[in-house]
Amino acid sequence: MAKELLKGNVAIAEAAIRAGMNAYFGYPITPQTELLEWLAKRMPELGRAFVQAESELGAVNMVYGAACTGARVLSSSSSPGVSLMLEGLSYIAGTEVPAVLVDIMRGGPGLGNIAPAQADYNQIVHGGGHGDYHPIVLAPANIQEAIDLTYGAFDLAEKYRSLVIILADGSLGQLMEPAVLPEMLPVIMRQPEWATYGAAGREKRILSSINLEPREQEAFNLHLEKRWQEIKKAEVRYMEYYLEDARYAVVSFGTSGRISLSAIRAARAKGIPVGLFRPITLAPFPEQELYELSQRMDGLLVVEMNSGQMLEDVIKITRNSIPVEFYGRMGGMVPMPEEIEAEIDRLVNQPHSPNGHPRDRWLDRFSLDN
Amino acid sequence: MQTEIIIAGFGGQGVLFAGQVLAYAAMDQGMHVTWIPSYGPEMRGGTANCTVVISDLEIGSPLISHPTAVIAMNKPSFDKYEKMVKAGGLLVVNQSMVDREVERNDIRSIMVPANDIAEKIGDKRMTNMVLLGALLGNLNFLPLKAVEKSLREHLPVKHHELLPANREALERGSAFLAVTVAPVIE
Repeated sequence: MAKELLKGNVAIAEAAIRAGMNAYFGYPITPQTELLEWLAKRMPELGRAFVQAESELGAVNMVYGAACTGARVLSSSSSPGVSLMLEGLSYIAGTEVPAVLVDIMRGGPGLGNIAPAQADYNQIVHGGGHGDYHPIVLAPANIQEAIDLTYGAFDLAEKYRSLVIILADGSLGQLMEPAVLPEMLPVIMRQPEWATYGAAGREKRILSSINLEPREQEAFNLHLEKRWQEIKKAEVRYMEYYLEDARYAVVSFGTSGRISLSAIRAARAKGIPVGLFRPITLAPFPEQELYELSQRMDGLLVVEMNSGQMLEDVIKITRNSIPVEFYGRMGGMVPMPEEIEAEIDRLVNQPHSPNGHPRDRWLDRFSLDN
Repeated sequence: MQTEIIIAGFGGQGVLFAGQVLAYAAMDQGMHVTWIPSYGPEMRGGTANCTVVISDLEIGSPLISHPTAVIAMNKPSFDKYEKMVKAGGLLVVNQSMVDREVERNDIRSIMVPANDIAEKIGDKRMTNMVLLGALLGNLNFLPLKAVEKSLREHLPVKHHELLPANREALERGSAFLAVTVAPVIE
């Protein structure tokens, strides 16, 4: 198939169509609006359901309802809009119905701005909605990956009756790159054995997230936890760059991951043996892989477009066994390769201070002049 | 080998489209390429810019602090981006929209009266293509013919009557030769 020059938001939308998505419900918000715009045109053309809801709350509950029928269903939004959806996501998780959500993150907190950020990591990866549940979280760093992950997200959601969230940032939404779109799958209405689509001729089924009997609720929670263990074993994905001979590694996801790649190439050109570990699944996180990598490194640098949210996971996984440093930009600012290269130089050439938290050291040297 | 280009000007000057033409041509030549616009409040009435990175390797950062080349289509872009061009890089300036000369003497530069040339061609919308032609004629990383071919292949058919003017604009622009400003001796 020939490559096409595709914008991130459009590429994700078209990949979802080609995966046989039956229905989309959403509400516009920059910087993901082109995704909804593309579907507003394409879905009716194809005779499929597209609804611009009255709000994000409306959209997420329409997703919930459609998912209960067994439909392949998608919604998308950006940070403040996703915050509004969290109650619905918890209900979807509590009812164990598959659904896919795209979060094209922007600067915050609050209304913030429309520039790219990664500050929803904690909200998405570690829950957000109430109760014990684990969404599968996928973090693309380029357009081809965004397409491939979206295309596979529905299968993943259905296989585990799970929420799958594509977590990207505004710059990936706006970026154009050549990529290959996958084959168009036929759109079919699935009829899984749990779904509610009319009970003519069979026993009725009930889908609900309410269970007033704590013992039964606990059994359900246990079921979710066991399934999460299975997902952790089977679905971890990550990318490694230049790590074969490396003694230092940058750990970074999505856009900050690909920007780090430029810094790493510049550092390697100066003779520094550094590579990149880029998690693609933020949940389940590549814990074992990162731990094993850390055991053969002299130091790690975590780079994020937030104040060090994944950093906490990296520290926990590496168990304080090697030096870890952090560099972040916040509020919609994007780190430039030169800034990350300077941080790699610092990690390699300056004696590591074992005192304090990597975030404290970063805050001490952080300058708004960059 | 990586080439980084920022194209900047007022909204409506065809900044984003010129970048996309470059991106299509690079893709058609089998290269890796990224195109990213500035987006946000600055788009409304202010300056617009896009960054195009072309490489034979998987591209890391699509955003660049010190690009190989800049096309400045107006004065605010000239003032902002002259400082940012990589030493030894190339600066293409729309002479029709600025009132000063290039100051840096560690880069190559071209002053192109692109508005005037576009008007002579008969379509002032061709300003961006004149400047793109000047860039291509002085960077030697993508042949002009490849860009013309990509325009033909990716421009919607309803706009194909504009192809001859686009071609003429690219060719006229490419005839300008970059110079290095002589250092001032005191």
